[in-house]
Amino acid sequence: MDWVAFSLSIKLGLVTVAVLLPVGVFVGRWLAYARFPGKGFVEAALALPLVLPPTVVGYYLLVSVGGATPIGQFWAATFGHNLVFSFEGLVLASVIVNLPFAIQPAQRAFEAIAPEIREAAAVSGLSPRSVLMRIEIPLAWQGILMGLVLTFAHTLGEFGVVLMVGGSISGETKTVAIAIYDRVQAFDTASAGIMAATLLAMSLATLGLIYRLSSQVGRRHG
Amino acid sequence: MADDALAVTLRQTAPIPLDLSLSCAAGDVLAMVGPSGSGKTTILRTIAGLYRPAVGQVSVGGASWLDTSRRIDLPPYRRRVGLVFQNYALFPHMTALANVAAALGHLPRPERSRRAGELLELVHLADLHTRRPAELSGGQQQRVAVARALARDPDVLLLDEPFSAVDRVTRQRLYGELRDLSRAFPIPILVVTHDFDEAARVANRMCLLDRGRILQTGTPRDVLARPASVQAARLVDLKNIFSARIVAQDGPRTWLDWNGRRIETPRAESHPVGADIAWAIAGTQVLLSRTDLDQADSQPNRFAATIRDLVHLSESLAVTVVLDGQDAPLLSMTLPAHYARRTGLGPGSAVTVALMPEGIHIMAREGEGQADLA
Repeated sequence: MDWVAFSLSIKLGLVTVAVLLPVGVFVGRWLAYARFPGKGFVEAALALPLVLPPTVVGYYLLVSVGGATPIGQFWAATFGHNLVFSFEGLVLASVIVNLPFAIQPAQRAFEAIAPEIREAAAVSGLSPRSVLMRIEIPLAWQGILMGLVLTFAHTLGEFGVVLMVGGSISGETKTVAIAIYDRVQAFDTASAGIMAATLLAMSLATLGLIYRLSSQVGRRHG
Repeated sequence: MADDALAVTLRQTAPIPLDLSLSCAAGDVLAMVGPSGSGKTTILRTIAGLYRPAVGQVSVGGASWLDTSRRIDLPPYRRRVGLVFQNYALFPHMTALANVAAALGHLPRPERSRRAGELLELVHLADLHTRRPAELSGGQQQRVAVARALARDPDVLLLDEPFSAVDRVTRQRLYGELRDLSRAFPIPILVVTHDFDEAARVANRMCLLDRGRILQTGTPRDVLARPASVQAARLVDLKNIFSARIVAQDGPRTWLDWNGRRIETPRAESHPVGADIAWAIAGTQVLLSRTDLDQADSQPNRFAATIRDLVHLSESLAVTVVLDGQDAPLLSMTLPAHYARRTGLGPGSAVTVALMPEGIHIMAREGEGQADLA
């Protein structure tokens, strides 16, 4: 069992969730309520990671933030190491591929709030900030949480983009999914089996949580 | 205008055509009545700040909430307004008490729940503080919505079809409560409804709307019995609308020629002899008797007719008769439910109808629809 890889995966999942919490809330809410030309295009772009092979996302990340690019050089000059093949690069990749997982459930949850409820809140004297904190988030929290759980579970299982952008550097970018691949390549099926079983159990547990949450969302607004 | 507790002016052509001005004094209950799409709800939403018309002014007690010419448009949470939504729009995750307390942001925190409790008591929900909206009946939800709307200490109270989602018995009780409320809170109250009886029960003024315009404003009784135009008469569902010509004015009386029938009415000052007019009579102003038992032959405006249709309603009888004569006009009226049974009337019975002169209402004929007035 590669505990280093395992804890790196957990850390990557938690950091991704932390970054995507505000993104999911604000982008999800914006897409739920805003009406603007090109909205469909924005939604399609945010959903792309769902259908693209992870290697394609990884490829574009490499060519846009790699060591030879302006962004990559700026990063290296500022922080003293490359963005790609580092934990930060892994976080960036993970955030991008998880955008639809965090945003879409939040968006659906905000959309499920009847417009009159929000109007009633405004007419009751609640400022837009209070409407968000006291009405919208309490009514949409299951959707927001569902997105985050989904993001966490998906991060644990992500393989292609992590390999492309992170390489397989122990303690830095070698996540448990890659460690399993590594062990299989080295004919160490015992270690691979333990890690695979652990990942399976964790994924099942998180998905179970998601289904429970989604049934509650349905009940509340049904 | 500025002296009115509430003054509203709206003009736009699209997406919802609006061209109207209305005002409402403190303590008045103004019912806004009209068919779907007449702009009733849009007026309420504009006052609350949820809708912004192309051109409009809303002033409350002299303070301007909306003035498109001066670029004033206060957001809803800065307008002291209470709005009861058609489906109440209670916050589903909060108890009844918390729903009301949520609108008490202007009070210090410790006082909110005490005041929310008082308001729930006012709407007779003192023992249901901890219930959530899903655990309340329609009538109870409506009361929570009213309590929440009053919580802000509003300068205007707006109710959007507040009785449409409750059963008939509850509705009758809520009518009385709304009247009590208007005495307890002397602010302008606007009620949107499409039910004329409801308007007459809860409001002391009524505004008849059609396609974004006001056709008539007055007491509900006046608007319903004396519509200002044929269009208004049709909207208030006055069924008996006909055309005639004024043939004589004699002292306190005016005489009409209605396709050869002579009709006597109180003097119609604004219409000269020879004028083509429209006239209407409410079904309650038509007397009907069996021809063979008819005794009141001294009454004016008596015509022979045949019963065409009888419909038993819950408390009354809707009768349609066809008058003798080439034009065979149809006349609708309502009678007490027991009347048909007592007199043995049925379809085909020969009857005599008498149109009460005071019930006849004369209107100018309009450009539209003259031919099909009858």
